[in-house]
Amino acid sequence: MTHHVSVKDVTADLLRQWEHDPYNLLQILIGVQQTFQHISTTAVDLIADKLSLPRASIEGVIGFYSFLHVQQRGLYDLLMSDNIVDQMSGSRELAGLLARRLDVKSGTTRADGAVSLGYTSCTGMGDQGPAALVNNRALTSLTPQRIEQIAELIEERVPLGEWPQELFAVSGNIQRRDLLLESDLLQGAAIDAVVSRGAEQILSELEESGLRGRGGAGFRTALKWRFCRDAAADERVVVCNADEGEPGTFKDRVLLQAYADRLFEGMALCAGVIGASRGFLYLRAEYFYLLEDLQQELQRRRDANLLGEDILGQAGFDFDIEIHLGAGAYICGEESALIESLEGKRGIPRIRPPFPVTEGYRGRPTVVNNVETLIAAAMIAVHGAEWFCSRGTDDSAGTKLLSISGDCARPGVYEYPYGVSIEAILRDCGARDVQAVQVAGPAGQCVPPSEFHRAIAFEDLSTGGSMMIFNQQRNLLNAVENFADFFVHESCGLCTPCRVGTTLLQKRLRKVVSGHATSEDLAMMRTIGSVVRESSHCGLGMTAANPILGSMEKFPGVYSEKLKSTGFEPAFDLDAALDEARKITGRDDAGAHIEGGGV
Amino acid sequence: MSKHLVIDGREIPFAEGETIMDAALAAGVYIPHLCHNPEFAPHGSCRMCMVTVNGRHSAACITPAAVDAVVENNTDALMAQRRTLLQMLFVEGNHQCPACEKSGACQLQAVAYYCGMLAPELTHLYPRREVDASHPDVAIDFNRCILCELCVRASRDVDGKDVFAINGRGIGTHLVVNSESGKLGDSLFDAGDKAAHVCPVGAILPKHRGYDVPIGERLYDLEPISKIGDVAAQEVD
Repeated sequence: MTHHVSVKDVTADLLRQWEHDPYNLLQILIGVQQTFQHISTTAVDLIADKLSLPRASIEGVIGFYSFLHVQQRGLYDLLMSDNIVDQMSGSRELAGLLARRLDVKSGTTRADGAVSLGYTSCTGMGDQGPAALVNNRALTSLTPQRIEQIAELIEERVPLGEWPQELFAVSGNIQRRDLLLESDLLQGAAIDAVVSRGAEQILSELEESGLRGRGGAGFRTALKWRFCRDAAADERVVVCNADEGEPGTFKDRVLLQAYADRLFEGMALCAGVIGASRGFLYLRAEYFYLLEDLQQELQRRRDANLLGEDILGQAGFDFDIEIHLGAGAYICGEESALIESLEGKRGIPRIRPPFPVTEGYRGRPTVVNNVETLIAAAMIAVHGAEWFCSRGTDDSAGTKLLSISGDCARPGVYEYPYGVSIEAILRDCGARDVQAVQVAGPAGQCVPPSEFHRAIAFEDLSTGGSMMIFNQQRNLLNAVENFADFFVHESCGLCTPCRVGTTLLQKRLRKVVSGHATSEDLAMMRTIGSVVRESSHCGLGMTAANPILGSMEKFPGVYSEKLKSTGFEPAFDLDAALDEARKITGRDDAGAHIEGGGV
Repeated sequence: MSKHLVIDGREIPFAEGETIMDAALAAGVYIPHLCHNPEFAPHGSCRMCMVTVNGRHSAACITPAAVDAVVENNTDALMAQRRTLLQMLFVEGNHQCPACEKSGACQLQAVAYYCGMLAPELTHLYPRREVDASHPDVAIDFNRCILCELCVRASRDVDGKDVFAINGRGIGTHLVVNSESGKLGDSLFDAGDKAAHVCPVGAILPKHRGYDVPIGERLYDLEPISKIGDVAAQEVD
């Protein structure tokens, strides 16, 4: 909220800070946005000139990310988290309250430029919602009283730094600890393990442990590291995917907040094993509030010779970590889109092969791992494969952190051995009268009570960690609609089925929700949905129809009760469509109306 | 000894490093496609070339050919999927074939005929898009753009001008022109550019010679695209 610095000076500083490197374009743009609440043509021109990039490409990057704008946003840029769980705890009503109180319409900036209001995808605070962001700072546990307080702070132009700290308090909420969170990890122990025992030993240990990626895909970690280690290259890269964007998950946020030392330990371990000298933590913009602490943790580790040159005295073991911020794009959780974003570009998933392990960041062999995976790897290097395999199932060794939210008494982070049943989890978190559980976020599955005996495991219900609970009083279609909207908002737009199909599905679903659909519409949703699933370019598209296809299969009743009995209903209200013509002609007689609004 | 893969029961030779599309094109096997043009690196975005490879859905233009690959291309299920994908492209933009100068020589239309797409069927999105007639020799009708990015690739990789770029995200994704005004006339674009000759639809069109080929004599009027090939391949630079 600086008003008296010039765009030119700030942009020039940012360009210097990021070494005039076009690969750092996104980080430069984020800096400009945060300083001036928008990215002006002056800034774009300057950046285009200094980085020798076409202006339209820079604008294309701005246009891709939700948190970058060419139009001026308010001094206070407020975005309400719009996940279904936030909605269930009253976020929409609070947004309405705020809009009335501040006299600003949702999706707009107030005329005096003081405030913008809008919605954003899940901010990762499902256990302490309704949540929001104000200029990238996380607001939690919102209530009507807090909304009133925030409105006053804004009207009095109180700088964010002077707002009461309790508004920004984020609690850890760890409700159940198991193997990972109960065991110790001495600082430097995992790095010492690779230095003293060698990369091959560590890889064997990881292989034996059966560790698989915790982000959802479940690729074998040892295999990924080995592919990268074996790829011919002078430089290799370790990337931690901290773009925890799956609606309803927040366990990585807790790990970043309370276990960052273990994460960096895991990244350095990976660097030691694969021979990487560069590391990146790709941090979602919603977790910007963690940035300073994470930077300090990195500095502590440099001071302790756990990062930097000749780590732990091992000549030639050079490795350091930079933090890059995201800017509001769920797709950047997909590893190749994340790499594009790290390179300062639009987050479009790459064509594979080549896979990142052979050609990743700037064409260098790159390991991309989830926060939880890297921590688990560090723990395995120290405590051993046997320790890790003491929990879990044959195909899913170890434990899984779950982010539990929605209708239950004790939302929060739960660490469970793989193989735990939905039933057991619901008992532990105090969920009663449950209608459905959404496992693995919108991209996952909506599980009905008849399947609550099923287990969290790669071989059954595979998940990155999101678990949202809906009781019998909830209208499941609201959740399905929320998820369909989410995919429309987050589709990158590259491939036809995901770009267009998600919007067509959204329109049909709205027809169902508004009570105008027939069985024809359901059939059409199945057709469109299966094309989106089968022909999309990446995992986002392949799963984007899941909320609709899955709920039609598992909860047919919520659809059938909404259907009209007629065989055909128009996609729009014909009578309403005539309204403009009636206004122009000044007619409003019976002949100027179509009865019933349709054929 | 050359390597072979199987497409619809037929053995097709391929060289190391080729994609399924490369092998198919070389052997004269038609796999419908819009964003692919063998002169450029594959893009994999239109998804018209979706085939199954050993039962797995894959885009032929970006999937490496392999000796154990059994590819299904011309099946009822895949043709039905292509019709839906085509319908998506038709309802996403504003495609008025009867009024379009490119009608009869349009790859989108020709692939639609080939796949048996008879009507758009899906909900029209009716986007508001501009026509840019600012350039003296070439006009752009954004209503017809299908986001194949061939002009983006041609201008960047061949012309070295970066005249085009992509902005927006999701359904808001759109083609833009790199100039201060955003108009083609203020850009470095020239009618002789490669980018002026790669558009598979009627989005980028030369001025001063409208409708000069009569109906009945247009590119795809007598033979289907599976025999004639791509629009860009017919362009005389």
